[in-house]
Amino acid sequence: MEFFRYLGASTRASFTKLGRASYFLIEILSGLASVIVRPRLLLKQLHSVGVLSFLIIVISGLFVGMVLGLQGFYILSRFGAEETLGVMVAASLVRELGPVVAALLFAGRAGSALTAEIGLMKATEQLSGMEMMAIDPIKRIISPRFLAGFLSMPLLASLFSAVGIIGGQLVGSGLLGVDDGAYWSQMQATLDFKDDIINGIIKSVVFGFVTSWIALFEGYDAIPTAEGVSRATTRTVVNSAFSILGLDFILTALMFGEH
Amino acid sequence: MDNVDSTENNLVSVHNLTFSRGEKKIFDDISLEFERGKITAIMGPSGTGKTTLLKLIGGQLFPERGNVMVNGRNVHHLKRAELYALRKRMGMLFQSGALLTDMTVYNNVAFPLREHTTLPESMIRSLVLMKLEAVGLRGARDLMPNELSGGMARRVALARAIALDPMMILYDEPFTGQDPISMGALVLLIKSLNATLGLTSIIVSHDVHETSAIADYIYVLADGKIVGQGTPQEITQSSSEWVQQFMNGAADGPVHFHYPAKEYMDDLLHSEKPLFPRSRLPDDRTAKRKRYS
Amino acid sequence: MPYTHTQDTLVGLFVATGIASLFFLGLQVSNLSSLSHGDTYEITARFSNSGGLKVKSSVSAAGVKIGNVKAITFDPKTYESVVKMDIDAQYKTLPDDSSASVYTAGLLGEQYVSLDGGGSSEFLKNGSKIEITNSALVLEKALGQFLFKSAEEKKAAPVDDKKGKK
Repeated sequence: MEFFRYLGASTRASFTKLGRASYFLIEILSGLASVIVRPRLLLKQLHSVGVLSFLIIVISGLFVGMVLGLQGFYILSRFGAEETLGVMVAASLVRELGPVVAALLFAGRAGSALTAEIGLMKATEQLSGMEMMAIDPIKRIISPRFLAGFLSMPLLASLFSAVGIIGGQLVGSGLLGVDDGAYWSQMQATLDFKDDIINGIIKSVVFGFVTSWIALFEGYDAIPTAEGVSRATTRTVVNSAFSILGLDFILTALMFGEH
Repeated sequence: MDNVDSTENNLVSVHNLTFSRGEKKIFDDISLEFERGKITAIMGPSGTGKTTLLKLIGGQLFPERGNVMVNGRNVHHLKRAELYALRKRMGMLFQSGALLTDMTVYNNVAFPLREHTTLPESMIRSLVLMKLEAVGLRGARDLMPNELSGGMARRVALARAIALDPMMILYDEPFTGQDPISMGALVLLIKSLNATLGLTSIIVSHDVHETSAIADYIYVLADGKIVGQGTPQEITQSSSEWVQQFMNGAADGPVHFHYPAKEYMDDLLHSEKPLFPRSRLPDDRTAKRKRYS
Repeated sequence: MPYTHTQDTLVGLFVATGIASLFFLGLQVSNLSSLSHGDTYEITARFSNSGGLKVKSSVSAAGVKIGNVKAITFDPKTYESVVKMDIDAQYKTLPDDSSASVYTAGLLGEQYVSLDGGGSSEFLKNGSKIEITNSALVLEKALGQFLFKSAEEKKAAPVDDKKGKK
């Protein structure tokens, strides 16, 4: 009996939370107009969300691309199809790994930082204080961060893919002797700008939207204590990872299902 | 309900206010009046919802019943824009100071001016320096909030609260956790600001001596009710056991030393082990909250 | 608000690099650059079987890419596959008696349309139809025929025939 009560209570609580999160999203979106009027707020957040994620994205992208080059070469050379290494590396990066891994890294690097920052601002009454100064913390604090996350994500994902493709080329034609021309030309002949590149970008835009939303909401909804903020930060990373991977499946089915 | 008369001398009037958190009634049908230009203190033991009262006055929380009139207007019936306009004329000093941690002292004080006015930077500079001078921290303008002591942070917050020249200031536990010197400085500041700027001050505190030294009128709250009210002299001479216990700091009295619990013997003899400990149940934090604050 | 110029510069660099990688993906990695967005003209060819040809498959002449397949439809009257192709306008001197064939790039590669020039002095223009076409080579059919032939030659066991047709 106790168990069912627990189950019922937690189900209800998760719906309540979803409701609060949706309401919060509407407020963020309606606060976006005021961000456009004050680009300096956005610029500051682009710095802390985008620029500070730059290095981790470049380094991870390079290594992921190099590993893809190595593994791809071993498998493809069994079928005598090393020439298509470029296709394999580029397709997996542009369609899947670029958007997904960049978003996961983004959730870990920028998302958790956003949650902790907002949570601590709440715990130290900064948000409340702002409200009492007649300044809407959603417009002033939350919306610029949301927009910055949303805009940075596709840029970071493209960066990840681009660096990864170069990494794959370094390993493939630099170390393993795949023909350099074949690497690029096969890639160009097979990958389609609309089907592959644009769809990958759309994915990363969706992931950026969802990750920023989750991170900011968890911070704003955190119990304002040290423990509450640390839990909220964990939830951001876990929930973002679930949402990214789940949405990736749905988006992939929608985008690439017909071919 | 909007036209409940607020006497001209009262800037803030609270009528028949009831507010609860979950099962617990924080306020049970209380009424308070705050006179213009005076310092009114609300005192009571910790956990009696004094901060909640300030948030109700500031419109951050909604009451279950009753109303709060500020300057003749019902705070909880105002539209968002009107509420924000009203808040520009209210300063609030939070217990922690609530300074924005990513800006210097100077920028913190300039923050409300930059957000709410279109004054040129040279004018803002003069205003900020004047406010900082008033709290004696003009020299600390380039420090970051984490470089300030608790007392200094509270004084900076006070400078920020008066930046827009408000009509009233709400002080949330201004004396808590201060050393005697900063405490003395704050007492003096609150009193002199009130006199020179013609402010109305509402102080929420449990520091008996400091508060009774500057307050013109005191309400003593306990268990959601007003147990005593009057000038500091009247309060100290009150016949109420409650008030006497609080003012003299006696450990036991009408406010018990022990948190309510079942019989001591029963508790010791029976171990309890629920299947799901209460703390793991998701708490219902939705009740009576306005915009997650 | 207080700000530093370094911050502006870093954000600028970040945005520039991000957009540069987008361009890189578009131009170097995908087929965006090979899709000429200049003028094209449309020609049509009918195949009895267009095999694995797809929209956007390339159209080439003498091994050089000159256009793309625009649409493939089935004509229910003639039971033919109607393939519309966009040819780059700079190649406007293709003889109108050219033939179109569906070939496969390599053993397992993609299929493409190859145009082989004829001798006419009239040129293909927008809306032209190609009369001479060679259908796609369907591997199973070819394999079946080959097995059937070799079986007949040897006048041996009849089982091979069935297997081949499947």
